[in-house]
Amino acid sequence: MSKILTGWVGGCVWYLERRAVQESPHKFMHLLKNVNKQWITFQHFNFLRRMYATQLSRSLNQQVKPKPEPMTSSFLEKTSSCQAKTEIYEMRSLSPPSLSLSRKPNEKELIELDSPAIIEGSIETGKETENEKQWKEMKLHLDDLPGILARLSKIKLTALVVSTTSAGFALAPGPFDLPCFLLTFVGTGLASCAANSINQFFEVPFDSNMNRTKNRPLVRGQISPLLAVSFATCCAVPGVALLTWGVNPLTGALGAFNIFLYTCCYTPLKRISIANTWVGAVVGAIPPVMGWTAATGSLDAGAFLLGGILYSWQFPHFNALSWGLREDYSRGGYCMMSVTHPALCRRVALRHCLALIGLSTAAPLLDVTTWTFPIISLPINLYISYLGFRFYTEADRKSSRRLFFCSLWHLPLLLLLMLTCKQPQGRKSNKGEPQA
Amino acid sequence: MAALRLRNKPLYPLLCRALSGCGPQLAPERGAERRDAAPSRVSRFGPPGTSCHDWIGPPDKYSNLRPVHFYIPEDESPSERKLRELRQETQEWNQRFWAKQNRTFHQEKEAFIHTRLTAKGLGLSAESGRKATLNAEEMADFYKEFLSKNFKKHMRYNRDWYRRNFAITFFMGKVALERMWRRLRRKQDITRA
Repeated sequence: MSKILTGWVGGCVWYLERRAVQESPHKFMHLLKNVNKQWITFQHFNFLRRMYATQLSRSLNQQVKPKPEPMTSSFLEKTSSCQAKTEIYEMRSLSPPSLSLSRKPNEKELIELDSPAIIEGSIETGKETENEKQWKEMKLHLDDLPGILARLSKIKLTALVVSTTSAGFALAPGPFDLPCFLLTFVGTGLASCAANSINQFFEVPFDSNMNRTKNRPLVRGQISPLLAVSFATCCAVPGVALLTWGVNPLTGALGAFNIFLYTCCYTPLKRISIANTWVGAVVGAIPPVMGWTAATGSLDAGAFLLGGILYSWQFPHFNALSWGLREDYSRGGYCMMSVTHPALCRRVALRHCLALIGLSTAAPLLDVTTWTFPIISLPINLYISYLGFRFYTEADRKSSRRLFFCSLWHLPLLLLLMLTCKQPQGRKSNKGEPQA
Repeated sequence: MAALRLRNKPLYPLLCRALSGCGPQLAPERGAERRDAAPSRVSRFGPPGTSCHDWIGPPDKYSNLRPVHFYIPEDESPSERKLRELRQETQEWNQRFWAKQNRTFHQEKEAFIHTRLTAKGLGLSAESGRKATLNAEEMADFYKEFLSKNFKKHMRYNRDWYRRNFAITFFMGKVALERMWRRLRRKQDITRA
């Protein structure tokens, strides 16, 4: 167990050294907080940081103002000049057949605005060239493939998932089996990559319309949907096979079930009902359970406890995050509590912060940890509950962001504390596991 | 474009190209004039004539979707044409939906803000000369209303999008397999000859 701890801490430090330019670590807790911020929600963090920086100087308000490029008024001017350029250009190249056949409303307007637009055409040349430069050939370069696949599989999120699985494995009773651990690690990682790839495959037009997700590989056309699906299959099949035959069938079944739950239930449900958040919380809870079942081969109370902790954690984490994305969710057609049931959103977040205290207390009762754990985890659990309460009462962007950022360091720290307080082997065990 | 000749190609890059959904690399001796299926909304861009791949552009201002210029190969098979037309049509359909969605959203949002400000008696400009605003909590009513009002529309879009996405991917797979089969047969013919 101490080896795992050292390994994880070592991993954190190594990761931090890579990010040394961007971070200013001084204390260990600060290290952990920053590493996990980077790991878990790098994109969220940057997006929110930018938003925070621009909006800090003024209150967060929606403005009625003429947009720099209003949808209606200058719409005709811009597209008319574009049409002029296109007409000139099209004479040189082969004209695409589809252009004349399409019947979009904006093109009807364009036809009427030919003549003045040609004069404007030359003014637009600079913009045109810039626009042309942004066109990219959809040719797959093998050098880029690892980076593209890493983004497709949401590698940072996968890393978090795998670390919760590792925590589940480490917290399970019984001697630590390194080969089994490695197989679980790799199998879960592959399963997570597969699930994330399919999720992105389903969500291309929605991702294009949200700031947080608009630079994903499929959105940018860096790979084709076929390749994304092939990659997902090439991860899912070996991943689940590895878990089923390399570890045990229970873990394999959980892995396959989780992939199904995430891709076929959670992803479509996001646009149908707010129940998606609860399903998503289960998806997040299963990996540590898988770690536990990999080590013990059975679904014990301890597995459910760990799953319960991850399940409860999802709510303050996600509900707080979604509070600042309400406009994007609404426009994109996502059914999220923060949009449709804001009071419920905050209530659920608070409720589950408090549940974390309860679950931490249940840990020694189920022989997962010693009694030290609920005591030393009380400060951080109380703190997140306090922030959850602030979010519940204040219901503003500031409190949601504070709760969200707290959740980022709260979870790894909680798991770390659990590991340090793990019930030593050889002591009382009511699970009937064979002890060394 | 000797480099694009099939005969001397190793299989692996071909596989990548096939999987990435690009047209075959066949080109006549003198270099092909590129045939294109441009996005049907106005596009100022034309890919270079020597390219045999699709080209993808910057996000559209209204729909935030990236338009694609589809490459039409000389020896396009019926299934390849079907795939290309499906992709083209889906692109146009997506473009229409999202441009309209975003436009409607912004229009309704501004109307909502205007109504609320008027109801509050504030008008568009506050006394200090700054623009009058609504805070995020007041806007939440609008977001909720927009979402529930358009729920059925979103459901229909989802269903259609999933269907199209699956169809396109399925046809891509079919086309990729067909291409590989054709090349293998061609190689067999060459070695036999």
